[in-house]
Amino acid sequence: MDGLVTRAGGWLGLTLLALVAAALAVDAPFAVHMVIVALACFAMLWATVTRADYGAIARGIFKIPADQGVYDDDPIRWGVVATLFWGIAGMAAGLFIALQLAFPALNLNLEYTTFGRLRPLHTSAVIFAFGGNALIATSFYVVQRTCRARLAFPALARFVFWGYQLFIVLAATGYLMGVTAAKEYAEPEWYVDLWLTIVWVAYLAVFVGTIVKRREPHIYVANWFYLSFIVTIAMLHIVNNLSMPASLLGSKSYAAFAGVQDALTQWWYGHNAVGFFLTAGFLAMMYYFVPKQAERPVYSYRLSIIHFWSLIFLYIWAGPHHLHYTALPDWAQTLGMVFSVILWMPSWGGMINGLMTLNGAWDKIRTDPIIRMMVMALAFYGMSTFEGPMMSIKWVNSMSHYTDWTIGHVHSGALGWNGMITFACVYYLVPRLWGRPRLYSLRMVNWHFWLATVGIVFYAASMWVAGIMQGLMWREYGADGYLVYSFAESVAAMHPMYLIRAAGGAMYLAGFLIMIANVWATLGGKVRAEKPMTETPYNAAADRPLVPVPAE
Amino acid sequence: MATKPAEKGFSHKKVERNVTLLGALALLTVTIGGIVEIAPLFWIDNTVEKVEGMRPYTPLELAGRNIYMREGCYTCHSQMIRPFRDEVERYGHYSLAAESMYDHPFQWGSKRTGPDLARVGGRYSDEWHKAHLIDPRSVVPESIMPPYAFLAERDLDTGDMANHLTALYRVGVPYTKADIEKANDDIRAQADPDAGAGDLQNRYPKAQVRDFDGDPSRVTEMDALVAYLQMLGTLVDVEKAAPQERPGETEAAR
Amino acid sequence: MSYDALRHFADSWGLLAMALLFLTLIAWPFRPSARARNEEAANMIFKDDEHG
Repeated sequence: MDGLVTRAGGWLGLTLLALVAAALAVDAPFAVHMVIVALACFAMLWATVTRADYGAIARGIFKIPADQGVYDDDPIRWGVVATLFWGIAGMAAGLFIALQLAFPALNLNLEYTTFGRLRPLHTSAVIFAFGGNALIATSFYVVQRTCRARLAFPALARFVFWGYQLFIVLAATGYLMGVTAAKEYAEPEWYVDLWLTIVWVAYLAVFVGTIVKRREPHIYVANWFYLSFIVTIAMLHIVNNLSMPASLLGSKSYAAFAGVQDALTQWWYGHNAVGFFLTAGFLAMMYYFVPKQAERPVYSYRLSIIHFWSLIFLYIWAGPHHLHYTALPDWAQTLGMVFSVILWMPSWGGMINGLMTLNGAWDKIRTDPIIRMMVMALAFYGMSTFEGPMMSIKWVNSMSHYTDWTIGHVHSGALGWNGMITFACVYYLVPRLWGRPRLYSLRMVNWHFWLATVGIVFYAASMWVAGIMQGLMWREYGADGYLVYSFAESVAAMHPMYLIRAAGGAMYLAGFLIMIANVWATLGGKVRAEKPMTETPYNAAADRPLVPVPAE
Repeated sequence: MATKPAEKGFSHKKVERNVTLLGALALLTVTIGGIVEIAPLFWIDNTVEKVEGMRPYTPLELAGRNIYMREGCYTCHSQMIRPFRDEVERYGHYSLAAESMYDHPFQWGSKRTGPDLARVGGRYSDEWHKAHLIDPRSVVPESIMPPYAFLAERDLDTGDMANHLTALYRVGVPYTKADIEKANDDIRAQADPDAGAGDLQNRYPKAQVRDFDGDPSRVTEMDALVAYLQMLGTLVDVEKAAPQERPGETEAAR
Repeated sequence: MSYDALRHFADSWGLLAMALLFLTLIAWPFRPSARARNEEAANMIFKDDEHG
């Protein structure tokens, strides 16, 4: 009973502490955040008291030990649901801000709904909430299966899940209230950063702890990628977010570095948020789920060793290509460009390794829409990892930088690679995690696939045109030696492109909504009676030997 | 890649079976690039050129800059002019590293949905800025910028500005004791011509003292933001700074 | 050591050394002796197929 009282008392104390901080806050957003923290602590208090195992406590133990003979899948099931929830929220926000660029009246004349505040909401929601939950959930799934061991530190694993959701809520509400560190993809303020650091260390402990207690001698390649993702993100997050709060009871802080040093630190972080969050982590998903779905081992394990070390070594160097022709010293720009171009090789090595896993099973692309999604994800990965090195060449970058081409490039990677591989993994996981015979409908997966694919094509194509048009209009000189276009004219020229982009985004979101319906029905235990994806062509009447017919 | 010990008899198998070794090697591998690229920027002297005129932001400008960040202006506007003929003609002299030496954080941006703002100071009148921020399409019909009418209606509430200057001092911005003590007074002194600027312009050379939002009775968020926009790119005499650069670079920019 | 001397070294012997190191590291996982172990590792994820 003592344990229960201590825990409940601890949560009560934290609740009160947060309320005191809210009362003393120097700015309103900080007060709101402390109230949110207090509510979270109170929810924990409530859960501690109402869900305690009183039977076990009566017998002198705090909790009946879990069955070690099954995998600990509860946090994974929550993670899958959270992935879908935040995915819808983040992509809906994306569609909304895309429409704002076409129709500025949609800023609604409210401070909370301006593009400037919603854009970080969109980027953080899709990268950290959708992508992050997918990474945490799949890593917990994969590390248990490949280690053949139950998750280490089960309470800590639950803390990781709920703590991460609290991080998302604090970050997102902060953006709406204008709480931002104003560094792209690192916008949460100092106290939210500190909280994420704590959650992330717990994540590392659960992940490494599970590897340590593994029953397999070998650490499977997917886990290398997950491990490097967790470790590197910790390093990047801590260094890039070093800052000095103006007040310990206020939301505002000032970055530790300034100007050119801050710029390179930020893009060292920013590019490797792409490199490790959106690439290494998702490659880990590829290395487990693609072989499992294809039911064949990965094409070349040796290639995966080279892929792993070269990818993590090279990615870190690529940051300066975000700062070409700026006040960053020339040598750093050149270094960034060279490594970005070299990075093309390990990226394609990984893509080839994934695609060639299907060697001998290519027919599955026709019959299995989940495999098809995985293949399309890898194809987009290959495309955007070719486009990226190309755009990092200074000559190309002089035109593409500051334009919508960058936005298009990011989305062919994010929608095509991260989105598609996540959808495929969720489709793989849902029937298995909830013990269903199969998904509600494979044909709906097929619809999702096509809506997403066509949506990305609209998106990327319109942004190519928009970006190149901007780049050319800004530098266009007339015969008289003057600039031809005012900036405002280039803005007006974007309107049709922004409409096409929004249409592409809407298609992608529509595909996602079909997925939600499909997963929802699957969880409800329904199985749709539908025509299978392929029929076995068989004509019994034709399937017989020709009998010679005697001449008349 | 470079961290894989290649001596004879070493097998990758050892790495694949020891999570500590794997984690340590991975961490070592990912630190190299960052150290080689970022660390020299802190000790190579000519990373940030020596220029005359750079000074820390006045409290009012700083408050305006915080509003600029709060509203996510950096998501659509850059503050970094590249050394190309068209950019220099459109926006002014290319940006120098020294011009953002007190920017915690930097606001160079990555996207020009709107134009670059590195040298927007002094290019438009205060009235234009106010009208543009309240309703962008009233002055630029093609604009897709969100309206920020609420800035003009809201009093500037920064809390104790001395705390903000102290935080910046701690990360290396050379505010003086007097700057920090007078932080709150300096806000009113700069935005209200009747209040008397005192020694503000001695401590902050080239500080622009006037009522920025057309409402002298109070200091609004609009005052702060316009004060910030009007000082962007005005501190350094770039023509004077030019001879310090290598001749090749200067020519390419002209 | 001046910038020029460093640069000269990087463009000659340094470049050669890096190229050789690169080729060694690439070739190394392809040693014939590693083949069996790699195959075993690649197939490891199929051992637990009763779980899905």
